[in-house]
Amino acid sequence: MSRQGNRGTEGKKMNSELFTLTYGALVTQLCKDYENDEEVNKQLDKMGYNMGVRLIEDFLARSSVGRCHDFRETADVIAKVAFKMYLGITPSVTNWSPAGDEFSLILESNPLVDFVELPDNHNGLIYSNLLCGVLRGALEMVQMAVDVKFAQDTLRGDNVTEIRMKFIKRIEENIPVGDE
Amino acid sequence: MADEALFQFLHNELIQYVYKSAEQGEMENGRCITRLENMGFRVGQGLIERFTKDTARFKDELDVMKFICKDFWTSVFKKQIDNLRTNHQGIYVLQDNKFRLLAQMSGGKQYLEHAPKYLAFSCGLVRGGLSNLGVKSIVTAEVSAMPACKFQIMIQKM
Repeated sequence: MSRQGNRGTEGKKMNSELFTLTYGALVTQLCKDYENDEEVNKQLDKMGYNMGVRLIEDFLARSSVGRCHDFRETADVIAKVAFKMYLGITPSVTNWSPAGDEFSLILESNPLVDFVELPDNHNGLIYSNLLCGVLRGALEMVQMAVDVKFAQDTLRGDNVTEIRMKFIKRIEENIPVGDE
Repeated sequence: MADEALFQFLHNELIQYVYKSAEQGEMENGRCITRLENMGFRVGQGLIERFTKDTARFKDELDVMKFICKDFWTSVFKKQIDNLRTNHQGIYVLQDNKFRLLAQMSGGKQYLEHAPKYLAFSCGLVRGGLSNLGVKSIVTAEVSAMPACKFQIMIQKM
């Protein structure tokens, strides 16, 4: 009985490792294909964006979170529900700007970088840049234009991983021409 | 945690990426499949190491195959293989009637020609897993009716 229990948690852990390892294989491939880190970062962001625009639907279907009333609520949902659901971690939300339009997500641990070390010739690589694209894409689908970037990265020697998110504007839904 | 959906989305993006860069470089379909399979191979090697570090040693080849069909498949694809056949001479056919990576696509013949793209990575995954268990193999997959597919494993005697 207890052995089966072990199998259960091992199974879950292995699934997250599947994602982590696959992501690693992807970044490795991108580094081979593109000469410079900037290009790789851009590709990761683009792929993340494509994933994000689909992920948001999956997220809304699974969680029963309703519409967020302001950016603070959005930040909480991202940290406490979304990150927990998909990556099993709960980053903390801090460093709010005075205007309330910018905040930081602090990740104590980043599952994407398990088993990863950056070699010396890739100092400009933002390994987890996919996450920025995902957040940007997902929020765009709920009418929010945001700017997302990494402020700190454990892979580059910082103590924590920090993602900075800035609200740019609300996207108005375009009503097709001819409709009232 | 680390939801299946996340992996599926990433897998789809991976395929898009490989095929898009192929378009620009004028690679044929075969090279893309190989690329995807190689990526799967690396991932499979890593995965199986993590997964089996506390498992008992396997008695024989059939035991390894059963492990792949039950534990490995359950962990990666959330279900067991539905049918395992072998000729006892190094060829195994694994049948999955509802392969997770194909389940999101419409059934029937419409997207059959695209199915191999979605199987390449998984073939590599299996080949990589087997490789680190000491079994050298060639893994191919075929789909006759979505979402059912058959993985054929040919053991290479070293």
